Amino acid sequence: MRSSAFKLFRIRGGVHPEGRKQDTCGQPIRELPMPALLRIPLQQHIGAPAQPEVRRGDRVLKGQLLATSQGLISAPVHAPTSGVIKSIGKFPAPHASGLPVRTITLEPDGEDRWIDLDPQATPLHLEPDDIAERVAAAGIVGMGGATFPSAVKLGLRERFELHTLVINAAECEPYLTCDDRLMRERAHEIIDGIRITLHGLQVNKALVAIENNKPEAIAAMTEAARAFDEITIVAVPVRYPMGSEKHLVQTLTGKETPARSLTADIGIVVHNVATVRAIGEAVRFGRPLISRVVTVGGGAVHEPGNLQVPIGAPVEALIEACGGLREEPAKLLSGGPMMGQPLPELRVPVVKGTSGILALTTAEVASKPTMPCIRCASCVDVCPCGLLPLEMANRARNADLQGAADFGLMDCVSCGSCSYVCPAHIPLVQYFNYAKGALVEQQRAKHKQEETKRLAAARAERMERLAAAKREAMAKRKAEMAAKKAREAEAAQAAEADDAATEPTDAPVNKLAEPQVGT
Amino acid sequence: MSQGDLRAGPFTHEKSSIARTMMLVMLALLPATAFGFYQFGWPALFLWLSTIGAAVATEAVCLRIAGKPIRPFVLDGSALLTAWLLAMTLPPWAPWWIGVVGGIVAILIGKQVFGGLGQNLFNPAMVARVVLLISFPLEMTTWVSPKPLFSAEAPDFLSALAITFGGGLDIDSMSSASILGHVKTELGRNADLAGALAGSYDPIGLLVGTVPGSLGETSALLLLGGGLFLLAMRIISWHIPLAMLGSLALCATLFNLIDPAHYPNALYHVLSGGALLGAFFIATDPVTSPVTVRGQLLFGALLGLLVYVIRTWASFPEGVAFAVMLANGLTPLIDHYLRPRIYGRTRKGQPISYAETQEGGNG
Repeated sequence: MRSSAFKLFRIRGGVHPEGRKQDTCGQPIRELPMPALLRIPLQQHIGAPAQPEVRRGDRVLKGQLLATSQGLISAPVHAPTSGVIKSIGKFPAPHASGLPVRTITLEPDGEDRWIDLDPQATPLHLEPDDIAERVAAAGIVGMGGATFPSAVKLGLRERFELHTLVINAAECEPYLTCDDRLMRERAHEIIDGIRITLHGLQVNKALVAIENNKPEAIAAMTEAARAFDEITIVAVPVRYPMGSEKHLVQTLTGKETPARSLTADIGIVVHNVATVRAIGEAVRFGRPLISRVVTVGGGAVHEPGNLQVPIGAPVEALIEACGGLREEPAKLLSGGPMMGQPLPELRVPVVKGTSGILALTTAEVASKPTMPCIRCASCVDVCPCGLLPLEMANRARNADLQGAADFGLMDCVSCGSCSYVCPAHIPLVQYFNYAKGALVEQQRAKHKQEETKRLAAARAERMERLAAAKREAMAKRKAEMAAKKAREAEAAQAAEADDAATEPTDAPVNKLAEPQVGT
Repeated sequence: MSQGDLRAGPFTHEKSSIARTMMLVMLALLPATAFGFYQFGWPALFLWLSTIGAAVATEAVCLRIAGKPIRPFVLDGSALLTAWLLAMTLPPWAPWWIGVVGGIVAILIGKQVFGGLGQNLFNPAMVARVVLLISFPLEMTTWVSPKPLFSAEAPDFLSALAITFGGGLDIDSMSSASILGHVKTELGRNADLAGALAGSYDPIGLLVGTVPGSLGETSALLLLGGGLFLLAMRIISWHIPLAMLGSLALCATLFNLIDPAHYPNALYHVLSGGALLGAFFIATDPVTSPVTVRGQLLFGALLGLLVYVIRTWASFPEGVAFAVMLANGLTPLIDHYLRPRIYGRTRKGQPISYAETQEGGNG
């Protein structure tokens, strides 16, 4: 069902970057030809890296488990196609640092043969816990870019009183159209995923928020959701950062998520639209998350488009499939231009959170030399979090971390709206990221120092107590010895004097039981 | 490719730059300035050029001394704009050295000693204007009635050179008072307002600009047009101008109602002197005004009140420059106390809570 009269609420600030989606939004999703090698990092999610379950030389089938999840917040990794494990080693991460991370290299055998799957014809009859378990086993993480393990979010119902599932299909980043295409082409699968997720959360209301600039997607989704009263398709205004979880929830409900809390605190769980489709695939068909839709765009790419890509495909294969590069890009990005990460090189693999690969030209990046701040307050006007970016940046630049924190640094969502409008081209987000990292580091160091201090003090106290006990025991023994001697002398005297009078001794002989060692 | 620069995003940017901002403000000033040149002839143009030349040269020298790159900072147009604004507030036939001293003071004392662009506490143009007004009261209050270019009474190019650079011409013979000065003097002589206004107060003239006054302050309509252009281009927001003019008008109306014989009405105050130039072009200077909406409203309201108080009860007939400087001085304080509410927190900074009753956390 689509509600045209759905009441929306205004969020503070925000910007209207040029959408630049027209190059790719009209193009159907194409299958990427299977690359010669897939490099599958073991950590494609927030949390602990997965632990390999295969060895070099193993033959694996499509969908086979390659590495298991470790701990509560983690996700397993599966083979995107059938083939041979060539190595388990280190390979540059698809991250600005390009640091090597543990990676399984798989050589596809070209057969693309599935492992035996465990489909579930009636997923809505499963226990909610079974759904969470299947989602966890399928290695599903937030596909909007946050890559938080989805099963953990399904488990939120145990801790919070939930009432609404919000599907984030805003896709507010410029260039990206992968969610748009997915909604146009796979609306029924998405709706199925939403129904399964609703059941898994034991919630009976879902709101699918799509920005107004995607009328075809809104139409397709509305059509697919027609039969389900519990699902409402809501067209939301085009304004970056509409896709920020907490701001989207505010747009839909008018409620702000309290600082340092989850949206679950106000009864709402948010999942990305591609993620719920993956949940549907995993629960109904038993298919793990082994591929995703990626937008390949930017002015430096010959034929921008959307590709269905196996996890682990190298970025260069995607660009090649899109006609190659027109020119040397000024920036190569993973994700959108507002919050995406610069990529160090073309060999790095696509991971579960890669929504786009952008090769931007100098004109598109529109970078200019930084000038001094003129306090124009553009950043204050556009900040969706009600912060004073100019004051925070000022302090961060002078390494006054506490000052920046006092101005609300930790409430910043790094959406980049401030940097986007700054007429002085000050890299505000860079300052904030630096300060956040340094602050966390500082707190960690402080915590460590305090712990060390506490432990050292406890140890000193313990040692002191032991020494005191020892001294006491020694003194006692001495006293006893003296007493014994005295007694013996007395006894001798008494024997001599033939006088048998007994005197009380003062303590038992037990010494080591006295001091109690504790904290 | 991208290996060199791994700074965080965004990797796209609005079409904005400091130079663009300054250029748009100058564009908005252009009609009123051109009209000033037309009204007051060549001397006005010469004075304008002297002021700007001195300011830009001072800027370049200061940047050199400070070891900063000269090109990007001179080309950003900020020194040019400062001098332009200052020139707008000067008597159009003032001698060249008024402009030169003003330009040097504005950039050197008003801006560069604080650390340059973005660092100054007070509006540099107003600093210079106040320095000039206190140091050279005669030159700064000698007005002429408009002598439009190409009209019979307008000075030709050579006599204009003499007026600005020679100082030889006796301009006392042509001097005339601005309406604010005239009314102040008359009221000071215990005349009543009606008498003071009779024959000299001309609202239509103030609107169009055919009255004696500063180089670029006479035409209310053109200044208003420039201000609206800046609003439309989102270079300024409505908060400061509206709050300032609103509070000025409110004060004027209030006292005019109480005692119409001595206190002129709101229209008189808004149209005369530097009220409109100040509201749209000077008080909105980003560097020296508050950054939050509530702060800007307070700042503007305070400014209007100060303008009224100075015009009405202080010894100077015009108070915009003093008022702007006083309000500038309060900007850090206003910014310290009036901050926006952070998302998910109450105004006091505590996380909002829906379970308990809302305490102080409305909106």
